[in-house]
Amino acid sequence: MTQPIVSALKVGKSFGPHPALIEVTLDVMPGEVVCIIGPSGSGKTTFLRCVNQLERIDAGALWVDGELTGYRHVGGALHSLSEAEIARQRRVTGMVFQRFNLFPHMTALQNVMEGPVYVLKRPPAEARAEASRLLGRVGLAHKMEAYPAELSGGQQQRVAIARSLAMHPKLMLFDEPTSALDPELVGEVLQVMRDLASSGMTMLVVTHELGFARDVGHRVVFMDQGRIVEIGAPAEIMNAPKEPRTRNFLRTILRGEA
Amino acid sequence: MVAVALILAFAAFIVVSFARGQIDWTTTGEYFAWPTVMRGLVNTIWISVASMVLGIVLGVACAVARGSPNPVLRAVAIFYAWFFRGTPVILQLLIWFNLALVFPHIGIPGLWQERTVYIITPAFAALVGLGLNEGAYISEIVRAGMLSVDRGQFEAAKSIGMSYFLSLRRIIMPQAMRVVIPPLGNEFIGLLKTSSLASIIGFSDLLRNAQDIYYNNAKVIELLMVAGFWYLAVVSVASIGQMGLERRFGRGYASTARR
Ligand SMILES: Nc1ncnc2c1ncn2[C@@H]1O[C@H](COP(=O)(O)OP(=O)(O)O)[C@@H](O)[C@H]1O
Ligand SMILES: [Mg+2]
Repeated sequence: MTQPIVSALKVGKSFGPHPALIEVTLDVMPGEVVCIIGPSGSGKTTFLRCVNQLERIDAGALWVDGELTGYRHVGGALHSLSEAEIARQRRVTGMVFQRFNLFPHMTALQNVMEGPVYVLKRPPAEARAEASRLLGRVGLAHKMEAYPAELSGGQQQRVAIARSLAMHPKLMLFDEPTSALDPELVGEVLQVMRDLASSGMTMLVVTHELGFARDVGHRVVFMDQGRIVEIGAPAEIMNAPKEPRTRNFLRTILRGEA
Repeated sequence: MVAVALILAFAAFIVVSFARGQIDWTTTGEYFAWPTVMRGLVNTIWISVASMVLGIVLGVACAVARGSPNPVLRAVAIFYAWFFRGTPVILQLLIWFNLALVFPHIGIPGLWQERTVYIITPAFAALVGLGLNEGAYISEIVRAGMLSVDRGQFEAAKSIGMSYFLSLRRIIMPQAMRVVIPPLGNEFIGLLKTSSLASIIGFSDLLRNAQDIYYNNAKVIELLMVAGFWYLAVVSVASIGQMGLERRFGRGYASTARR
């Protein structure tokens, strides 16, 4: 039996009195592409951030690549992991942000090399060779020496994807990777993500691109008000949603696209 | 036009007054590169550079401590900045210099001991006094620089597995530098001048040595002019250096961002 890459069990997270995640339970299997949809404020970003330990969960349990995140069992009690151990666990996942978050003081190539050289301590020449190969893979072989400010949004997001891939993650998290882009630049980023999915990468993608979710996603998760409302095959969720809330949400999205 | 004419007339008046006034410009010229003056100049430069280095080390440490999750570190850093910014530098210099009155001996108990007056020379007191004071101001500058960096940068650094300190060193500080360098240049320029306060605790800086000469020959203004010229020269060079640094840290921001 293969073990899931992500296993969330009744995960809860609150900001003050306000719950952002309530009893979220979800398994993501290796090679699977799971798309998360849902209205703004429904907890999609928070869930990804918990998986990547940018936020600490306060209820339930979350395993990534078979390891319990953030805590360790010591004789029946749970102890918090150190900052260094959390950093090590975080290396299993790559994260692509809505606002790209490239390092503006570094060229595209330096952005991609940074993790391998300074975190993985790989020889710079080797890291450079792999970084240029990755930039080639996302179609930016000609922009390696460009600074982020000299790149379009779509190009920046592709560099950000290459930067994550350089760390050899087992799981890629995407938080609305195309929603900060001009419409004509969305396609190039989605194409890179499609290629990545067909190469077998495990992906957890928050997106409002229903076309992408339908074509590439193996499962679609609909979230609302911090809970998972419905999980199913893309066709199932989009053509015949069981829950009225899912139906309403899809209707508003489709109206927006039309 | 009237304003310009008035300013020019006033400037001409000042120049003429000084040229005709009771200043012996030949003496000024004579002492211009006098060995005592040169030694003072060198001392002014090194004490400023050394205090600046100490100030940057303390300032960065203090700024990092203020951003740390540890409340004790934060409290210490806040106290430090409050204390040294809240008292005059000249008072701090006098306290350091007169520390022997409080602690006649200093050392490591049982291992080594020395009379405080031997350790705390004018140079030592000037370095510690100016450096600690500078560190308090620099910590505020560095902190503002760190806060100017987008939070997303920290998260991106974490997401590629960086520790807090590695992300500070590689990602946050280099970006903060852009905001920090111009005020840091101002601090250094200020320090070149503030270091003259160390003359009152007997440190042989440019001002002190110029004074030593005029105590002997009574050419007060002439020697103050010499010192003034050298301060201006050093500050001008420092300003040019600052412009170079600003250009260097502006990399990657020169062109306008597109989306
Ligand atoms: N750092 C935070 N502090 C306080 N509240 C937050 C924070 N991050 C998210 N929230 C709240 O948690 C809820 C879920 O947010 P989020 O996960 O960003 O939703 P989504 O990504 O689905 O739009 C929202 O109500 C939001 O206001
Ligand atoms: Mg979000």
